[in-house]
Amino acid sequence: MRAVCLALLWLLFALPLGAEEVVLGLSQDQVSISTDFDGSEILIFGAIKRESPIPEGAPLEVVITLAGPLQPLTVWRKERRFGIWVNTQAVEVDAAPSFYAVATSGPWNDVITQVEDLRHHVSIERAIRSVGAPMQVQDSQAFSAAVVRIRENQDKYQMLEGAVEMSESTLFNTSVTMPANLVEGRYPMRIFLTRDGSVVSSFETKIDVRKVGLERWLYELSRGNPLAYGLLSLAIAIGAGWIASTAFRLLRER
Amino acid sequence: MQIYLPIAEVSVNFLLILGLGGMVGVLSGMFGVGGGFLLTPLLFFIGIPPAVAVATGANQIVASSISAVLAHFKRRAVDLKMGGVLLAGGLVGASLGVALFNFLKKLGQVDLLVSLFYVVFLGVIGGLMMIESIRALRRSKSGVRPKRKKHNWIHGLPLKVRFRTSGLYISVIPPLMVGFLVGVLAAIMGVGGGFIMVPAMIYLLGMPTKVVVGTSLFQIIFVAAFTTMLHAATNYTVDILLAVLLLVGGVIGAQFGAGLGARLKAEQLRVLLAGLVLLVCAKLALELLLEPAEVFSIAGM
Repeated sequence: MRAVCLALLWLLFALPLGAEEVVLGLSQDQVSISTDFDGSEILIFGAIKRESPIPEGAPLEVVITLAGPLQPLTVWRKERRFGIWVNTQAVEVDAAPSFYAVATSGPWNDVITQVEDLRHHVSIERAIRSVGAPMQVQDSQAFSAAVVRIRENQDKYQMLEGAVEMSESTLFNTSVTMPANLVEGRYPMRIFLTRDGSVVSSFETKIDVRKVGLERWLYELSRGNPLAYGLLSLAIAIGAGWIASTAFRLLRER
Repeated sequence: MQIYLPIAEVSVNFLLILGLGGMVGVLSGMFGVGGGFLLTPLLFFIGIPPAVAVATGANQIVASSISAVLAHFKRRAVDLKMGGVLLAGGLVGASLGVALFNFLKKLGQVDLLVSLFYVVFLGVIGGLMMIESIRALRRSKSGVRPKRKKHNWIHGLPLKVRFRTSGLYISVIPPLMVGFLVGVLAAIMGVGGGFIMVPAMIYLLGMPTKVVVGTSLFQIIFVAAFTTMLHAATNYTVDILLAVLLLVGGVIGAQFGAGLGARLKAEQLRVLLAGLVLLVCAKLALELLLEPAEVFSIAGM
């Protein structure tokens, strides 16, 4: 115990002078997908720990990102050929998060510079990783822009400019609403403290999104023992069909 | 009330799915079609991923077809012998169809091909059936009985067998061929194939309409069960929760449908089915012809 205390004290003093660190609280660090799951709101609140007075100059800003598991995607574009609309060009996206939300304490251009965005992959556009389009596709940006547009319409990607409330350059809070169509996995949450657009400190934690109960059991059966799962679905189908027909016959005969 | 589907990984409205299943069930019991050609596009529309919609649709079709076929059994409207012959052809055809489907998938454009198949087949079958049944409806109104026993090239083929329930004495080759072709198409289009099977039995084999519906359902059960198992084992795309919701509506709907179908005249039944088939065809054709609101689409890998 004493050793731990000492270590903590040492850590505190080891903090370089003028450094600012995040102390974070979450309303929940686990999201359980049960049968009646209908989305979830995560409250994020935190404080900034300092060893010295608030530095002079530009105010401190906060950028928070929450990302779902990365997935590879194929994006298709339709064109009219012989009078009908056909998928003609495809661009493969190596890794796009299934969910992505960014919340900031101020207008985007004020809180973070392009260079820092590039380095830390903060904005939605930077969170999507694409190696390159095939030769015949000239405007590959249009494809990644389409991914962002389509997913923003589904609330899967959210740009929450100015959604982080900041008081006294010390306390901050915001909330992120996760839609019902969530994919399982560990959702990394990152918090960046910026001043004059450059990142002065960052903090990372994870939110666990898991199926529970019946959802968990069915999902695991379908992957672990697909044959039994298939037979189970057929048995349910056959049973239901038979029960309905028998029930109706009895009703009619009465 | 929302419910989260474990395999599809989307949240859907509970009552909407029940209603959808019920509606397709009514059609299934009435016309002897599995309803896959209607259910699958409708599931896409409410946001179920296509792979899950196709696989789960097949499972739902098993349920509603069993519910309906039992009602038809009671009326002795199922020709088991004919069903068996069609099924034998069908399973061979389905295996070939799956192989063909995978080959086309490698070339890309499989979605387009499926859409084109739908438009062409639904259009041709719906159109022919509509013309024929309206003609038949007029004839029955004017009171002239049509000649039922027509002799054509089909009756010249060898290997003749008597199908008692259908009142036919024909070669097994035509039903085998019909089963085979329907099997190929069913596998490519991801449906049971009832909407092709029903007219083929009526017009090519000359079976009486009342027997056709039950026999088609009987055959569909096996094809759909085969498809369900294949999808569950290879793609993990059957969503039991979605299937249960669909089939609760479906099995009840199928009972009402079978009762409703028995009350209508055969010609009226055919006009209605033809109208329905043409409606779906028109919707799919418009999708191909009109400029989509969003020309980009995201596909998983």
